[in-house]
Amino acid sequence: MVFLSNAVSDTRLKDKNESGQALFSTCVYGSRWTKEPIPKYSLPEEEMPSHIAYKLIKDDLQLDGNPVLNLASFVTTYMEEEAEKLMAENLSKNFIDYEEYPVSVELQNRCVNIIARLFNAPMDNPEAEAMGVSTIGSSEAIILAVLAMKKRWQKRRIAEGKPTDKPNLVMAASVQVCWEKATRYLEIEEKFVFLTEGTYILDPVKAVELVDENTIGVCVILGSTYTGHYEDAKTVNELLKQKNEENGWDVSIHIDAASGGFVAPFVNPDLVWDFRLDLVRSINVSGHKYGLCYAGIGWAIWKSKEYLPEELIFNVNYLGSDQASFTLNFSKGAANVISQYYILIRLGRAGFTSIMKNLMEIADYLAQKLEDTNVFDILSDRNGNGLPLVAFKLKIKDIHYDEFDVAQRLRERGWIVPAYTMAPHTQHIKLMRVVVREDFSRERCDILLQDLMATVELLNKLDKDTIFKKRTSTANWNLLKSVTRATFGGVKNESHKTNGVC
Amino acid sequence: MVYLSRLISDSHLDKEKEVHGSEAFSTSVYGSRWDIEPIPKYSLPDNEMPAKIAYKLIRDDLQLDGNPVLNLAAFLTTYMEEEAEKLMAENISKNFIDYEEYPMTVELQTRCVNIIANLFNAPKNDDAIGVSTVGSSEAMMLAVLAMKRLWKKRREAEGKPTDKPNIVMSASVQVCWEKAARYFEIEEKFVYLSEGKYILDPEKAVELVDENTIGIAVILGSTYTGHYEDVKAVNDLLLAKNKKTGWDVPIHVDAASGGFVAPFVNPDLVWDFRLELVRSINVSGHKYGLCYPGIGWALWKSKKYLPDELVFNINYLGSNQASFTLNFSKNASNVISQYYVLIRLGRQGFTSIMENLMGIADYLASRLEATKKFEILSDRNGNGVPLVAFRLKAKDIHYDEFDVAHRIREHQWIVPSYTMAPNIQHIKVLRVVVREDFSRERCDLFVADLMHTIDYLDKVDKETLHIKRNAGRSWKALKSISLMTFNSQSHKTNGVC
Repeated sequence: MVFLSNAVSDTRLKDKNESGQALFSTCVYGSRWTKEPIPKYSLPEEEMPSHIAYKLIKDDLQLDGNPVLNLASFVTTYMEEEAEKLMAENLSKNFIDYEEYPVSVELQNRCVNIIARLFNAPMDNPEAEAMGVSTIGSSEAIILAVLAMKKRWQKRRIAEGKPTDKPNLVMAASVQVCWEKATRYLEIEEKFVFLTEGTYILDPVKAVELVDENTIGVCVILGSTYTGHYEDAKTVNELLKQKNEENGWDVSIHIDAASGGFVAPFVNPDLVWDFRLDLVRSINVSGHKYGLCYAGIGWAIWKSKEYLPEELIFNVNYLGSDQASFTLNFSKGAANVISQYYILIRLGRAGFTSIMKNLMEIADYLAQKLEDTNVFDILSDRNGNGLPLVAFKLKIKDIHYDEFDVAQRLRERGWIVPAYTMAPHTQHIKLMRVVVREDFSRERCDILLQDLMATVELLNKLDKDTIFKKRTSTANWNLLKSVTRATFGGVKNESHKTNGVC
Repeated sequence: MVYLSRLISDSHLDKEKEVHGSEAFSTSVYGSRWDIEPIPKYSLPDNEMPAKIAYKLIRDDLQLDGNPVLNLAAFLTTYMEEEAEKLMAENISKNFIDYEEYPMTVELQTRCVNIIANLFNAPKNDDAIGVSTVGSSEAMMLAVLAMKRLWKKRREAEGKPTDKPNIVMSASVQVCWEKAARYFEIEEKFVYLSEGKYILDPEKAVELVDENTIGIAVILGSTYTGHYEDVKAVNDLLLAKNKKTGWDVPIHVDAASGGFVAPFVNPDLVWDFRLELVRSINVSGHKYGLCYPGIGWALWKSKKYLPDELVFNINYLGSNQASFTLNFSKNASNVISQYYVLIRLGRQGFTSIMENLMGIADYLASRLEATKKFEILSDRNGNGVPLVAFRLKAKDIHYDEFDVAHRIREHQWIVPSYTMAPNIQHIKVLRVVVREDFSRERCDLFVADLMHTIDYLDKVDKETLHIKRNAGRSWKALKSISLMTFNSQSHKTNGVC
């Protein structure tokens, strides 16, 4: 037949080739995979073409949110094209494989050096050099730091012939949830310094009061997740030093600088919070918060080898190469570590300072504007005394709506501004928080303010009933979303917070 | 001036530098000042540098990283399809833990857990539960935490002491088991290996179980020799012991490598949730799960094997979620890549790939055997993961497996050599892992180079060899200068993975 087209009959259309593909369409939306439900509960029997798998998943993911309007998270949502390119090119590298990827590991070393110096680790004694490691995030870094503190304390107690069954850790009730995970998993008692109205951070006197012979350390937060405040590490250091001397103890301070570690040194360089303080022996910082990298990178730094008990370090012969390993995760992608190095050399001190100062200013501007409306009270600090975020609450007490309603209504406009209750014992205080990230420009700030005021106006007009109905319907909708995910009954006597506000 | 070029004088250059900094007259990468200055290594540079220069400088450094294709040492996946890489790159900015912001991404985790739990024959009517992790290390630590807590609760209810928990495992476990035991203060009760017996002896294992045992770890795919340990036998013997003593010691299967191989190549092997005492399993997504590094899975047979106290109900940015992981914020791209692989390949795709790898591994083993120079320690015919562990046949020669590994490195192949686990550390082994992209062709090339190496070593005299060995060691020491090394490790230090 010359130049005559065959019409394909119905029976033939149903024909499948050996591998089961409908013969006449492998374009994504013409294929059978578009009308069949995507595999969810069990492994599909057959393969599907790669471009179809790609498109189906991509389409699903379109329902993910737009990170730009997410004012809730500290975690970086913008990186330069060159950084993304670098990451994409190194996705296949296993960071732990030193033998195969020695340079990737060398980049970790450089980052540790740079960050340790940024935190003023003592550099004068080659016998007692600072040490550090890259982690997946601050959670892992904190667990490692707590492990180190616990082991050190145990060794001391055993040497003194004393019991080691009741270690405890002193911290503010406003710590991030990973502290509670660490203590629970490592079987350490949590000794909380509870907050009071107006005092949203660790009270140094109360903290040191709580220290006893079983205390493995005191945790001080540089940048509270609730209000952005920097806790007073210097005062804790002085008081603790005294107590240590009086009792012959050696209780350490660990600084949780998850957020503040990459802000304070640039915006508030006179603030003394790091290794310059005698008792600060370890610090964690998140690379993926103000370290300006995508999710998946954090750092744990110790002042010196002395604070990292040898028993916790594993000398591993990994594929022919000797290395010292102290992490919870073993194999992991190398791209995140590389991205941190990129940021550090790309920006330098000047770059970080410019960015952080801008963020500070925008945060202060937002706080000022909110205050000017006379509708809100600002709980966070300004002028670089805390992170670039604004924590605020409604001024008026007896109205028929609260911060949660405001958050809900803002969500309808696309903004994610979380509302939550303060840490124990101030749970009656509700607040909202806007985190100012790198890409939160002044322009975006103005639009937010507009929408926020429109929201408050609307809520003022709505009656109690309508608001109640909205609340219930939202609760149901959230429940529906969670149908495929197991929920647990919740621990009885969850005496402390369940707000994993981060 | 028309079309006349201006010569830039020195004083002009200086002035421009004052105003514009050193980029004044070149921001091309290799023309810029950053090309001649040492790249910042020890402290934060004072000034910024342009994005593309930072990119290129780092990229140039990374050129010195190895070529993964010739790395026959690692199990970790080094090849993914273009579409998978694209999907990952597009989702690299997402923080997995942010359920409120990225609900679909989290939904994909749920689907993966469902698929994998089904693959491992989780009971249909029970509520099996699982979580994505960064790798098997995290998965395994979570499982150990759960087992320890359950044991503790039972002991406390019986009014008995809880200060000496122990875990029974073969001495050939991967190093992360020892980390977990050490970090969570659990005693390790090892079943030691013996000549010819490279895996857990079920009888010896169950013998070691006592009232303080929180569980037995059984490996599906030993990192040393690829063997599958006999989970069924352990299950049967342990059931009997539990009955006799009134205990309830569970089994955890470390299926880091084998979990995505056995179900396709050896479907009759009963090792998973079908066995009564198997309560938790871990598998690496980034080994035979065919994803890039950074994804693993932890699964429990049912909610009741996950103590409530270890699960945190968090309100994260407005959304209630149950969380049981060691890491919190992490990249979403890895979880998404696992889902891609699962639906892209399906059972058929996995089976094709794994059967191919088996075939190539068996082929390599028989070719090595045929040279009469090597003894094969690993199993064949799908009785282990696709790898070949082998050693030199001749005993009294002047070189050993480490020399072979060292020499073949000069041909660019990375084939690790290591000593076996206690108590057979006198046995040295070489191991080739057959990954997805290790084709038959590459296999033939490898064997050729291996034979060249043996040839060379046979001819070279003892002295020269000795000099080479020392040179190798010092070079390694130099490489490690910025890495700390610690002393005194009483048990194995082979983190053979």
